[in-house]
Amino acid sequence: AMESGPGARIREGDCAVLRRDGVFKAVPVLRRRKIIFEKQWFYLDNAIGHIYGTTFEVTSGGNLQPKQEVEETTTETKEAGTDNRNIVDDGKSQKLTHDDIKALKDKGIKGQEIVQQLIENSTTFRDKTEFAQDKYIKKKKKKYEAVVTIVKPSTRILSTMYYAREPGKINHLRYDTLAQMLTLGNIHAGTKMIVMETCAGLVLGAVMERMGGYGSIIQMYPGGGPVRAATSCFGFPKPFFDNLHEFPLSKVQSLLSGTFTTETLPADPEENALVEEESNGLTEEKQTSLQETEEEPTTEAAMEINPTEEQDMMDMNAEDVEFKENKEKENKENVREKQIKQWERRKKLIEAAALLREKNADGLIVASKFHPPPLLLSLLEFVAPSRPFVVYCQYKEPLLECYTKLRERGGVINLKLSETWLRNYQVLPDRSHPKLTMSGGGGYLLSGITVILDKGKSDSSKSEPLKTEEPLSKRCKLQELPC
Amino acid sequence: MSFVEYGDTIKDGDTAIVFLGHESMFAVKVQHGTVTQTKYGVIRHSTDLIGKKYGSKVTCSKGGWVFILHPTPELWTMNLPHRTQILYSTDISIITMMLELKPGSIVCESGTGSGSLSHALIRTVAPTGHLYTVEFHQQRAEKAREEFREHGVEHLVTVTNQDVCKNGFGVSNIADAVFLDIPSPWEAIGHAKSALKAEGGRICSFSPCIEQVQRTCLAMEEYGFTEINTLEILLRVYNVRTISLQIPDLGEAAEDNSSAVFDSSNPSHQGSPCANLQQGTVQFKSGVPLREVVGHTGYLTFATKS
Repeated sequence: AMESGPGARIREGDCAVLRRDGVFKAVPVLRRRKIIFEKQWFYLDNAIGHIYGTTFEVTSGGNLQPKQEVEETTTETKEAGTDNRNIVDDGKSQKLTHDDIKALKDKGIKGQEIVQQLIENSTTFRDKTEFAQDKYIKKKKKKYEAVVTIVKPSTRILSTMYYAREPGKINHLRYDTLAQMLTLGNIHAGTKMIVMETCAGLVLGAVMERMGGYGSIIQMYPGGGPVRAATSCFGFPKPFFDNLHEFPLSKVQSLLSGTFTTETLPADPEENALVEEESNGLTEEKQTSLQETEEEPTTEAAMEINPTEEQDMMDMNAEDVEFKENKEKENKENVREKQIKQWERRKKLIEAAALLREKNADGLIVASKFHPPPLLLSLLEFVAPSRPFVVYCQYKEPLLECYTKLRERGGVINLKLSETWLRNYQVLPDRSHPKLTMSGGGGYLLSGITVILDKGKSDSSKSEPLKTEEPLSKRCKLQELPC
Repeated sequence: MSFVEYGDTIKDGDTAIVFLGHESMFAVKVQHGTVTQTKYGVIRHSTDLIGKKYGSKVTCSKGGWVFILHPTPELWTMNLPHRTQILYSTDISIITMMLELKPGSIVCESGTGSGSLSHALIRTVAPTGHLYTVEFHQQRAEKAREEFREHGVEHLVTVTNQDVCKNGFGVSNIADAVFLDIPSPWEAIGHAKSALKAEGGRICSFSPCIEQVQRTCLAMEEYGFTEINTLEILLRVYNVRTISLQIPDLGEAAEDNSSAVFDSSNPSHQGSPCANLQQGTVQFKSGVPLREVVGHTGYLTFATKS
């Protein structure tokens, strides 16, 4: 039984998501591990065993305690002003001093009571309009009431979280754009999908969630291996990984041209172990630093320090330590273990290659930091006819190029370049309006459907029905000329 | 074929999409002995369709040709017979993600309408989930049942012909998610709550008018829903065009051709403007927004029962 739906309980070792006022943070559930979230610190120990979705209050000593439903205490006859003509900002309306408030906090008085005291000691509160009073209370509650909700990770939550916290890690793929990709790609149980992403494994996780463990996924990866930091946050059950395959991008050309053999791969486990010993993670370090400089410039620099990155680093260090210990011991058992691992990796690679060679995938999803045309043109070779494909790019221009190249290639129809806009609303009695800020950009998508490619006749498409898709240059000239 | 399982070849009884180019397409029910008329001529199902691969090019009687596509909920949405106003894929995609739907999810929906969203929901919750859809209009309910049968998904959906505001969804404590697209959703929030699992779940309501949203939000709050959030999603589609802009004549063309030299040094380079001195134009690729676009479909209000 999969414990993923509502009603699932928080277990030690889970990856949980903390939520407070629309702010999310993914954390591992560990005992005696201090968590800092939204200027509060606490331990998750007491949350273990509770149902996901429970809201907790942070009590003294950083302990969590399920929040009790409180009856509204403000039932007393409400007094309120009608406008602010007589409200003067003299900075003296709050009778409690900074020290008074600190003293209250130090005494361990509940946030709710502090808010009540602030209201009672505000000389202008009663003159404020009802709406202004409401706003005042909300603001103070946010500051003094220490609550946190622990929720089960999902694509909704993780994609919202990533977009808000570290958009650079996911190429600024906004959650509504990801939602479009999943729908346009007709991702569902039982399909065989090809996924090429450099979005920390978020897109892969989203695809895995929609496939529910049915079907297979081949993840194409650049460099030394696929990044799945975000994927691991989903907390998928083990069987979901049985049919998750990976294949290195650098072997795609050889696979397409038929020169791919596993001979080019580490064949002899012993020999390979030696090679790895010599390189000793040094080259790996070089590689990652190189990748980082290649990544986007200055603006993203601040994003580099973040929980997932730290985690990655920690994992790497842990491996290093392990490795050194192994070396010291010269333990044969470990060598044997390594051989088995190597052999399993090779077996998986052969499996992935075989899956790709069938050229019958049910779809292709691309969302990476790389120039998309070459990816698209080669990976589409592995997709069956009459199947959707979706390419994400943070920028529109590379997708224009994709569009042109695909039209030259043929074998695709219903090409569509699109973008979605997302607008959030404040809905309150007599105070409804769009939220003040909206996201400026969530990326662009190029989608289409594969069809059987007419070999040798690809040029004839120009005189056939599809020509209407791209208007004659004559027509656009007319349109663009000033009238 | 079925809407939840890809098949390779076209079979008798399938629903297929005939693609004529430039978003011009329609759905056909494949039947032995039947013919379909297109502007390129006749398609004979027995010889032109049955046994062919999906994605094939089919030559029609007048020599023109079309592509035959495997049905998907998205293609169905673009080609289904409208019995009501329908939801399109842009809204559907965010609804699906925000309701956290996946294989195994139990969903309640009302009204069924033309079944545009229903097909997408069924696709996502298959093979182990279920859709309970409620439609108060009898003919529409029956028509939806018929389509689900034809599309091979009847085992994944239950259509109930009743008024959701009065009688609810006909199930209680089993749903992971509820979707409402009815004129007065606030009257169904109580029923939605009882349809959802005791442990909780997600709800979404679609309304075109802000006044409807207002009342719905109040009802959601009253019934203890949390995380109430209203949003709107808009699709912008771009036509990919090669644009030519005329170079203005400033009376110095003869002496100053530095810009032309710069551009012609790399004329094949994609994306960068390319000057053509003979024609006196600069050419470039652009994504041009459509002249008229959908500016509003509806507000989507999401909330959590916990």
